[in-house]
Amino acid sequence: MAQIGETSRELALDCFLLAGRIMMESGAETYRVEDTMIRMAVSQNMVNSHCFVTPSGIMFSPSEELATRFVRINNRSTDLERVALINSVSRKLVAGEYTLRQAYDEMLIIDQTNYRFHIWIQILAAAVASGCFFILLGGNWKDLPFAFLFGGTGFIIVETILIETRVKIFAEFIGSFVIGILASLVVYTGFATDLDTLIIGSIMPLVPGLLITNAVRDLMAGHFMSGLSKGAEAFLTAFAIGAGIAVVLSF
Amino acid sequence: MNWPLEAFLSFMAAGAFGVIFNTPRRTLISCGLVGMSGWLIYRIFFLTFEDPVQASFAGAFVVSIVAHLLAKKFRMPMIIFSIAGIIPLVPGSKAYNAMRKIVENDYLEAIAFASEAMMISGAVAMGLVFAEVIMQLFFKRQAKRIQKKMGLTQE
Repeated sequence: MAQIGETSRELALDCFLLAGRIMMESGAETYRVEDTMIRMAVSQNMVNSHCFVTPSGIMFSPSEELATRFVRINNRSTDLERVALINSVSRKLVAGEYTLRQAYDEMLIIDQTNYRFHIWIQILAAAVASGCFFILLGGNWKDLPFAFLFGGTGFIIVETILIETRVKIFAEFIGSFVIGILASLVVYTGFATDLDTLIIGSIMPLVPGLLITNAVRDLMAGHFMSGLSKGAEAFLTAFAIGAGIAVVLSF
Repeated sequence: MNWPLEAFLSFMAAGAFGVIFNTPRRTLISCGLVGMSGWLIYRIFFLTFEDPVQASFAGAFVVSIVAHLLAKKFRMPMIIFSIAGIIPLVPGSKAYNAMRKIVENDYLEAIAFASEAMMISGAVAMGLVFAEVIMQLFFKRQAKRIQKKMGLTQE
């Protein structure tokens, strides 16, 4: 098979690293990112390539003669639609339906487009999730509006602080703190009866479920660095939520 | 508790988490179905055997199997379907109770709740991993069979 030229090799490297960066920023598992990058590389005749993915950076070494490249990953959020889109682009590239240039352009578009639902729909979803969990965990129907309201409020607070400061732990601490204060206020004034279930239902949208699942799957796939660091992130998030509630409860 | 209501609530909760995690629009209903199946299996197991650890294992196992099948069908990463289904199984109430007891200086009770929460999250993780291994074995065998049928195996 013919070797591809020097410029298209650079393009290929850019393409793989861009794919890896978008997937890692959107919350994909580490082994999936590595698998995607290696498959794309093999489809471009770079058989001897290696990549090493961590939650904060991706290293990719194409072959013996080309230089190794590195990208830093600064902010991670959860946007599974992007993971699915990059996945389908890489499938098309591997199957030969896309040329390298087409795939790269498509990925640039994916990188720049905002696929998230409107923020009010997300807040409504958080409120609905809180209400559903409140009833599922055995809450009283009479208290349902409070769970609905506090779940949405906690989500709004966390998102607003995240936009302002980018410090995730602080945002989650304040969010659960406010939920705790509101819930205990409502219970002590006699509008609601069940403090524990109310708080558990309302903090459900903040629970780091994706991080925990990803950490376990990464650990099981043998990616110990990613697994441990994601596990640490999940633990810190859970600790922040717990501390926010504990501060309220201790009074 | 009545089952249709629980099914509806868990469906709505998992779908809402799908919106928060921004899963692709056309998979939202499937996400809800995954969450519903996981929660119903968990509840049935819990009500018959009264052991939250085994029930969480069963729930996570079913969630993972269904998510794998849907991932094959939609040709999308499996994580899209499994996340929304796992959330209801996370031992939120146990962890909350553990913390509450710590705040009340009742450390013995707190340790009991915390170790129970640890056991449940371990069971969820084991359920995910078992399902993954079983699906891998199954699909490997299936792929080999297809290859044999098409005369592609070289021996």
